[in-house]
Amino acid sequence: MTEKQKIANAYWKENIKYLFILLSIWFVVSYGAGILFKDWLNHIRLGGFRLGFWFAQQGAIYTFVILIFIYVRLMNKLDKKYGYDRE
Amino acid sequence: MSVQIWTYLLVGITFAVYIGIAIWSRAGSTKEFYVAGGGVSPLANGMATAADWMSAASFISMAGIIAFDGYDGAVYLMGWTGGYVLLALLLAPYLRKFGKFTVPDFIGDRYYSKTARSVAVFCALLVSFTYVAGQMRGVGIVFSRFLEVEINTGVLIGMIIVLFYAVLGGMKGITYTQVAQYCVLIFAFMVPAIFISIQMTGNPIPQLGFGDTVADGSGTYLLDKLDGLSVALGFDAYTDGSKTMLDVFTITLALMVGTAGLPHVIVRFFTVKRVKDARKSAGYALLLIAILYTTAPAVAVFAKTNLIESVHNKEYQELPSWFKNWEHTGLLGWIDKNGDGKVQYAKGHVVQGNKNKPVFEKEKRGQKGERIISNVNPASENELFVDRDIMVLANPEIANLPNWVIALVAAGGLAAALSTAAGLLLVISSSVSHDLIKKMIKPDISEKGELMAARISAVAAVCVAGYFGINPPGFVAAVVALAFGLAAASFFPAIVLGIFYKRMNKEGAISGMIVGIICMLLYMVKYKLGWFDDVVPSSNEWWFGISPEGFGAIAMSINFIISLVVCQFTAKPPKEVQEIVENIRIPGNAGRPTHE
Repeated sequence: MTEKQKIANAYWKENIKYLFILLSIWFVVSYGAGILFKDWLNHIRLGGFRLGFWFAQQGAIYTFVILIFIYVRLMNKLDKKYGYDRE
Repeated sequence: MSVQIWTYLLVGITFAVYIGIAIWSRAGSTKEFYVAGGGVSPLANGMATAADWMSAASFISMAGIIAFDGYDGAVYLMGWTGGYVLLALLLAPYLRKFGKFTVPDFIGDRYYSKTARSVAVFCALLVSFTYVAGQMRGVGIVFSRFLEVEINTGVLIGMIIVLFYAVLGGMKGITYTQVAQYCVLIFAFMVPAIFISIQMTGNPIPQLGFGDTVADGSGTYLLDKLDGLSVALGFDAYTDGSKTMLDVFTITLALMVGTAGLPHVIVRFFTVKRVKDARKSAGYALLLIAILYTTAPAVAVFAKTNLIESVHNKEYQELPSWFKNWEHTGLLGWIDKNGDGKVQYAKGHVVQGNKNKPVFEKEKRGQKGERIISNVNPASENELFVDRDIMVLANPEIANLPNWVIALVAAGGLAAALSTAAGLLLVISSSVSHDLIKKMIKPDISEKGELMAARISAVAAVCVAGYFGINPPGFVAAVVALAFGLAAASFFPAIVLGIFYKRMNKEGAISGMIVGIICMLLYMVKYKLGWFDDVVPSSNEWWFGISPEGFGAIAMSINFIISLVVCQFTAKPPKEVQEIVENIRIPGNAGRPTHE
């Protein structure tokens, strides 16, 4: 394996790790909090919102937006670390 | 000034802007026509993606659907936003690095096969056509409602406008008009929402307002009040919903994955300069979409509460004037079943037959001056017919907002419908001119000839879409919602495996796509359209209680399994293809395609 391929493989591995973490959060806020554990979370209140309902109609969407921007930051750093940021 | 004059004024100004942009941004090459030259900034692409994404359905119907579904409305809210996370993390950056023009381009090259490309072209056309017919109809409906022209005339006007900037400007023209359309539609959606939030809760931010206390000083939370009202009328509590958990789960998944697999959304990420920009513009796109998608559930709660309070158990003759205005258009209706002269709102369908929509007798009026409805359903005590679209359309009047706000909603609805129609038409025309003509039928076609072919197929696509808009076949409305299932069952697995599984070969991908889309089509034809039986089978017969809308998630899983199994028993992909995969996984040099 050439040096170039080794760098590419290491980069890909870290990328996959980030994807795994971010998509786990994606799953937990939407399918977890918004659907599967909704009834249980509905016992907790956030002002006028029942928490499960809030996650399903508001919280999950906010988290999605934040997740993408975190991903953008992480990947920009990763590109720099492996020297892929130069065009 | 009257609403009518305001509407002509605002719609006229916005249309002039769209046409101006189209003339300014003419496409001179196929690269400009297909992907706007590949140099769109991430923010502009984010805005264009958001406008492309949010159709007449998002703008006009979604808040109404949520108002009647309560918690269950979350399937659309999460489903149509969560897909962007998949798009940003699993597809957009790699497809941008790949650097070609269309989705079938990727499928055809990655799976080194004309069959794979043909299957992809077929799926792209199937998905886009089902979707675009609904949009043209939407344009016609908005025109007819606000400008008092015939629906068909409205469709024609819409066709001419779209034709103008899609044919002239291609992706470049579409991108910059979509930027303008995003601004119009989001402004038009937010202004009434903010006004109403202040009126009802005193909180100017609708997203917080619907979790706040009611402004009458009683200290009751708005949602508790609405839950109470719903239960008192015999409905489920608003925040509980009535679909099964499995159904909610599968529909959400099908919509998310379908969103990530829609060709007209994916192709937007081919238009930015670098891999880095593709990631960032997915973020902007979702942020801009989320502004509308987090406001819609608030609008739903305000409108539903408002409606129940101002209509239920009130004398018909004392109802505010907006009720009669919208009764005139047929979006509201009242049948005095118990003869007490008051409007009773309850569970169940007011009318029967005619898809549960009322059949009004033309000029005849009842005792209290109401329009007479002939298809009464005596089995329900419900006396009030409410079309779901009214929740957005009539909101400004219900809340007594100024005339210019009402006109703004018309301009916003048109912007939403036109921007989505244009994006879809581009996918159709590039599938024909690039994937079919250039890549399969006549590879030696010149650049100029291909550009001409792209323009001609755009004209043809507009005409076909317009035809379906004027003569909507009965199944279109039912099928639009299922375009997501089709996209989920076909493209998503093939693209994701193509990027993340180097060993994936053409045999696996092709069989997966074919089996996936066939399963989806069969389930849809059987349980949604009912073509195999005399009547559409009831929900009791669904497999495991999964609705046709949610079946996309199952068909997608079937596609994944078939692809992976078949691939184990067939030859590895060739060396060059494995190199393409290695190449798209790392950013850099995205200005050029990864291979020729």
